[in-house]
Amino acid sequence: MAIDTAPPATIVGPTPPARTVDPPEPQRFGIGRAFAWAFMVLVITASLFPFYWMLRTALSSNNALYAGSDSLLPVQPSWGGFERVFGLQSGQEAIDAGGAGQPINFWRYLFNSVVVSTLVTVGQVFFSAMAAYAFARLEWKHREKWFAFFLGGLMIPAIFTLLPNFVLIKQLGLVDTLLGIALPSMLMTPFAVFFLRQFFLGISKEVEEAALIDGASKVRVFFRLILPMSTAPIATLAILTYISVWNEYFWALMVSYTDKSRVLTVALGVFKSQTPQTGPDWAGLMAATLVAALPMLLLFMVFAKRIVNSIGFSGIK
Amino acid sequence: MALSATTRPDSTRPAKKRDDTRLALLFIAPALIGFLVFMVWPTLRGIYLSFTKFNLLTPPEFNGLDNYVRMVQDPVFWNSMRVTVYYVFVNIVLQTAIALVIAVMMQRLTRRTWLRGAVLTPYLVSNVVAAMVFLWILDYQLGIGNTVIAALGLDRIPFLSSDAWVIPTIAAINVWRHVGYTALLIFAGLQTIPETMYEAGRMDGASEPRMFRSITVPLLRPVLGLVLIITVVGSFQVFDTVAIATRGGPVDSSRVLQYYIYDVAFGRFQFGYASAMSVALLLVLVIITFVQYRVTRADSSDLN
Repeated sequence: MAIDTAPPATIVGPTPPARTVDPPEPQRFGIGRAFAWAFMVLVITASLFPFYWMLRTALSSNNALYAGSDSLLPVQPSWGGFERVFGLQSGQEAIDAGGAGQPINFWRYLFNSVVVSTLVTVGQVFFSAMAAYAFARLEWKHREKWFAFFLGGLMIPAIFTLLPNFVLIKQLGLVDTLLGIALPSMLMTPFAVFFLRQFFLGISKEVEEAALIDGASKVRVFFRLILPMSTAPIATLAILTYISVWNEYFWALMVSYTDKSRVLTVALGVFKSQTPQTGPDWAGLMAATLVAALPMLLLFMVFAKRIVNSIGFSGIK
Repeated sequence: MALSATTRPDSTRPAKKRDDTRLALLFIAPALIGFLVFMVWPTLRGIYLSFTKFNLLTPPEFNGLDNYVRMVQDPVFWNSMRVTVYYVFVNIVLQTAIALVIAVMMQRLTRRTWLRGAVLTPYLVSNVVAAMVFLWILDYQLGIGNTVIAALGLDRIPFLSSDAWVIPTIAAINVWRHVGYTALLIFAGLQTIPETMYEAGRMDGASEPRMFRSITVPLLRPVLGLVLIITVVGSFQVFDTVAIATRGGPVDSSRVLQYYIYDVAFGRFQFGYASAMSVALLLVLVIITFVQYRVTRADSSDLN
């Protein structure tokens, strides 16, 4: 069977609009363009400066921050902030350095975040893809009505379902578990179904027909033909889903009570509330913040192009 | 949004009819369960709970309109509503204006990916991270923001600890995180305007600002309409930044509706009353979406 070698060039669908060769940029130099560039430099600085500031503060000695608040470089450079985050300093040492004396269990929270984000991403994308295939390609009664019903879900603001979903998760006995955090969004989102259906509709039918004539079942066609041909939109969807699950705070805050199920966002909030109210441990706090932000920043470095190009009206999240 | 995209008519099939009903049911089963159990049922249940007294430990007791009567008479609720609307207003005006300018500049100056990547970076971190770093940058005594302000010979600003500054500050923090994303949405909309329009404009001797007024803005209207619907609805749900940076304070001056709902539900275990306020928020969002859709005519384009 030739289904594994189907040329991906036949695919059209709601992929990000193809970037054709950019039209030549106007090269005139004028005072207007100079102002425009100055504005862009300002925007970029404002976007990136806080990241530098986290790093600079995290590498400073907390007690020296008071005297050196105007220094652009780390004040009395030290790894103390990071050591307090990872629990490498003894309690007394940490308190002397201005910390809470209570380390955060960073690896545990990182593990929890990875588990929740992976569960949701894999489940949501896979189950949404199955449903999308049924809506795009299978022949069954009332297909369009069911699809419209699903799309209606786009109108329900997430925030409205949080409280009742919490009650449900509590009844299921899943409060303070990772599954409890992941479950409500693990099975589908209307957006994912819609996005993938649009893509599947655009896949040429002829390849599929050929496979069916060769005796392949529709299940096989889905797994061996449709999914492999759709790696690009599936990857885009998966990355965007992963980022938004990773950054979720409100829902995770409701469900988790102990370290058992705390994800990084929630743990960071807890770490912040533990720091001394007078004279907070800013070096430690910024080290924790930076460490919590790092995984997504690394992901962005790897997939920057895909992420940047996926944001448009076909890829709205 | 391509919600209006039509289904492709299945005309290529010969007379032989196929019926995949059983397979289809199997394929949609997980998604359908997720949809019914975690979206449809909670929506109905949320509305039901708003008519009950419910503390999570004992079963809900129906109490008619009590929660709604209490809500209408609750000054904290009205204050939260006012604070939220004020926040949404500041957030949306700032964010849309800045995003529009960024998008147009990306379109007219350079379309390099690194530039879009730089502007999008804050979107990659959580609201919690954004709130933490600005809590530090804007600290009254030690923050670099106030250090610079003091160095310029101005008075230090209590960004997050005065009632006058707190909402604009929270709005600005959220603008920092989301403006790049909004700019990229608008930028994608700009790509749909044919370059020939600008060439024609240039031929007629139109200046850049003139082309912005006469070509970009009118042709971008449907996209801007959708962007506004999405950002306004998102912005009404503000919670994370407030929970981390101010916890609703000072006093109630940043107690946005969602934070009050959380407080009532998880601080006082009054899930019935919290649900009633959620229903109110839902109604506000539905009405706003509908009105915006009509006003901006987001469904029709002038680009024909």
